[in-house]
Parts: sequence; structure tokens; C-alpha cells
Amino acid sequence: MEKLRYERPLIKRMEGEMPNKFGSKSENKPLTHIDGVAVKELLSEYGSPLFVLSEKTIRNTFRRAHKAFSMRYPKMQFAWSYKTNYLDAVCSIYHQEGAWAEVVSGFEYDKALSIGVDGKHIIFNGPDKTAEDLEKAIQNDSLIHIDHLDELYTIIELIEKLEKRPRVAIRVNMDTGVYPIWDRFGFNYENGQAWDALNKIMASGKMDLVGLHCHIGTYMLSTKAYGIAAAKLTDLALGLRRRYNHEIKYIDLGGGFPSRNTLKGAYLPALDTSPSFEDFAEAISSALLNAEYPPDSLPLLILETGRALVDEAGFLLGTVISNKRSSTGKRTTIVDIGINLLFTSFWYEHKISPAQEFSSYTEETTMYGPLCMNIDVIRESAMMPLLNKGDHFVIHHVGAYNMTQWMQFITLRPNVVLIDIDGNTHVIRRNETMSEFKNMEHLPEHLKNFEL
Amino acid sequence: MKIRSNIAVSASGLIFNPDTGESFTVNPMGAEIISFLKEGLGQEKISLQITQKYNVEPSAFEKDFEDFMGLLRNYTLLDDE
Ligand SMILES: Cc1ncc(COP(=O)(O)O)c(C=O)c1O
Repeated sequence: MEKLRYERPLIKRMEGEMPNKFGSKSENKPLTHIDGVAVKELLSEYGSPLFVLSEKTIRNTFRRAHKAFSMRYPKMQFAWSYKTNYLDAVCSIYHQEGAWAEVVSGFEYDKALSIGVDGKHIIFNGPDKTAEDLEKAIQNDSLIHIDHLDELYTIIELIEKLEKRPRVAIRVNMDTGVYPIWDRFGFNYENGQAWDALNKIMASGKMDLVGLHCHIGTYMLSTKAYGIAAAKLTDLALGLRRRYNHEIKYIDLGGGFPSRNTLKGAYLPALDTSPSFEDFAEAISSALLNAEYPPDSLPLLILETGRALVDEAGFLLGTVISNKRSSTGKRTTIVDIGINLLFTSFWYEHKISPAQEFSSYTEETTMYGPLCMNIDVIRESAMMPLLNKGDHFVIHHVGAYNMTQWMQFITLRPNVVLIDIDGNTHVIRRNETMSEFKNMEHLPEHLKNFEL
Repeated sequence: MKIRSNIAVSASGLIFNPDTGESFTVNPMGAEIISFLKEGLGQEKISLQITQKYNVEPSAFEKDFEDFMGLLRNYTLLDDE
């Protein structure tokens, strides 16, 4: 006779509440399949933990976002923010959808070239472009977004040497009514730094000033801030037209739209509070269309949206190691996923779903990783069903930043699998191995022997 | 190790402690264990019953059982003499 599924015994004190009312329900339904592929089979084939990406969700989200903007504004272009997720397969999906590449380092720049993006379609951001990086970007006719004056002077020096006209923009920072202001990067709008840089570029006569760029923050919940940013960059663009009779080709408003993850400490789930792509598109397109651009020279709108495009397409699958009770009596569950793999657990309350059916009973649970460190907390407090050792679970919305900011700490990084449109699975980054890890190390001769 | 005799357990898993006025809910596994405890069964017998019926290792059940008993004791639902 087949034995019944076991659930551990649970008793809960009722504190003025009716049993089974909304608040005591688990936050999740079980998630047994991703795009039709069984979680259980994914884990048995590729091991636990495991990152899984849905090509379908990537493409659908991209198309939804693109439609929201292109319906409201005639010229728009996405540039995929490499730092958000620079796995070759992920970037290639965005490039197939038509996105350019947005990179912030020589490493990311080379990665974009290596998968076949031509230099002309690479936007090069960031404060740390070396002279070699800049030289390469100039040779390849990339869009160089100048971050500070030192970089501007390096470019001017390189122009003499290379005898080429680089295509440049400046990064502008500004007060959009959202605080703290992200003013570390670029030239400030309000205090005149931005104009100073623009005047220097125009005076040099050696560069094509093609765009104006800003990136006003990340996980921005205010659509108004984007309207203000678009208006301030527009003010610079129209000023350049008046002063130099110079036409700016594009306005790049960077990234920063929120994903559907819930921020720590937020009162309501993100779905209830985050503006949609349509809301942002409305604010931005109104600001641009209502400005005094001559109708035949509206600038191209570029967006470097990262997390809002990819977060939902990523899942992290794991296994319960053990259940315990803390010294204060609180239920704790230890799982095989630590903050080394889930960097975003620092700021998100990630939704976690069991990967198998469970009863309606839940317990307030702290989810810990296996890192033997106090900070290794995946969820401080989650209403979780009664997971047993060996049970599987799925962490939602991990597509952004985790596969770039992950850390190699006490274990090796796991496989990353893509489920394609037809439900086929592909390992797009295989798990790290001890030997390739050791390959990077060198043990000096005099340390090779010891006796214990 | 018995549930105190004046503790009322309803069929739907509601528990009422008349001494403190507190109410509790249990899940079906908790209710099953409490009914065994009410019958006076000890840990070994309960473990045998549960592990025969459900898909759980005795060692894993023992750990959960002790944890559960700790909570019952904490909520002063046990007759510990
Ligand atoms: C210059 C730039 N563009 C785009 C992005 C992507 O931002 P997000 O993921 O918030 O959309 C970033 C992220 O920090 C950035 O620095």
C-alpha cells in the first residue's frame, strides 16, 4: 500500500483571528511546472540548486514593453542592460528582439562584440572606461556616453591619435523629485555642469554629439520622475538647437522601472504598487511630444530597461535541507540556496512557492541559506506551508542581477537552464567545476609540503 | 505525557483551553497526534502508527514529534507529571 504524504504536525495559537482568514493563508500556490516542464524533473536532471530562465517570458515581456512605448511615441529603441543579466543566451534573445547593447565596462563591451553585436549598436556607459576601452569604442563607432571630464579629455587625446570622429553623448544627473538624487555619475543639470560639458564638446569640434543620457535610479515607483527627466534633457536638447543650431539624435532615459518583486518593508505587494510600462510610457511620451521639437526632428527615445524586462523570467529552484526551531521558538527552514546565489534577497522579499502540493496550513518561517553565516537569510519571515526535508521549492523573479552579482562562496555556482519557446531545455551556463576553479590558483613551491 | 483532560478538541482541529481562554488550531497531523495522546499512547506507539501510514522516516518523525510536544508544553496543554 502506498503511504500517504506526510506533513509535520502544527499547532498555532489564534490571536483574535478567525481560522483560515486571508492573513493566515499561504502567500503561494504550488508551482510544479515552469513553461510545461516539471520542476522535479529539472532538479533531478540538472541538480539543485538550479537557475531556470523562460525564453517565452523574456520575449513576451519585451514585446509588451515595446508595444507600450511604440504605441505612444513614434521612435523608440531598447538597449539591453548587460549588467542586469549578461549570459550570452539571454543577451541574444534581446538582440533577436531588436534591442541594442548597453554596457558599462570593457568586459561587457567585449562580451557584446563576441556574440555578434556590431559596434555601432553598443552604448558604452559607466565611469570606468580605460583608454584602451575608449580607443576600441571609437574605432568601432560605438555610442560613448561620457561620464566625467577626465574621460572627455582622454577622448580628445585619442581623437588626435586615431583621426576619427567619435559619436558621443553625456550622462546627465538631475533632481527629479526622487531622493536621494543619483548624482555620482555624469554631469549635473541644475548646477550647470551639464552645459559646461556640452559647451566643451561643441567647442572641440571633433566629436559628433548625438545624444543625451540619464539614469535616474533603479526600482523607481514614480512615473512623474521620468516625465521630469525627459523634460530636463529636452531643455538641454532645445538649448543646443538654439545656441549651436545642433540637432540631438536621441534622448536616452536609462533604466530603472520596477519589476514585480516586492521591496523589503513594503506594505503592499509590488503588483499593487508598481506603475506599468504603459504608465511610464505615458509620462515619457507626453513630456517629449509636448516639448517644442520641430515635428520632423523628434529625438529617438532610447531605454536601457533592465530588471523590469528580465526579473520575471528567472526562477531559482532549490531543496529543503532541514527544519529547526530558533532559540525563541520561531520556525526556521534551511535550504540549499544562500545569498551567494540570491544577491537580490538583500532588497526583495522574494516570493517562494513549494514545488509540490501542500495543505492549507502554514507557519511563519525564516528561510536560511546554507552558508554558516548570520547574514544568510533568504526570507526573514514568510508564511510558508509545512515543507519537509527534501521538498523542492521555487523562488520567483530572480532574472535580474542575480546571475551577474552572484558570488562563489564555499560552493561552486550551479547550472543555468533556459526553457525555449517549445519547452526544450538548454544548459546555457553549466555548473562550475573544482578543476577549473583550481586552475586559476597557483601554489608556490615552498608551500607544497606540510606534515600534520 | 498526556493532553490535559479538560482540553476540548473539536473535529475540525480547534482546541480550547478553558483555564486560559486561549484557542488553537492544529493541522490534521497535529489533530491525529493529539487524539493518540488523548488515548494515552506514548511516543513509540505513536511513531509506529504514523510511520506505517505516512511516508516519513522514524528519525524525521521523532524530530517533528518532539518539536510539537515542545509547543504543546509551551502552551500548557500537557499534563506533565
Ligand atoms: C546606466 C544604466 N542603465 C541601465 C541600468 C538598468 O537599470 P534597471 O535594471 O533598474 O532597469 C543601469 C543599472 O544600474 C545603469 O546603471
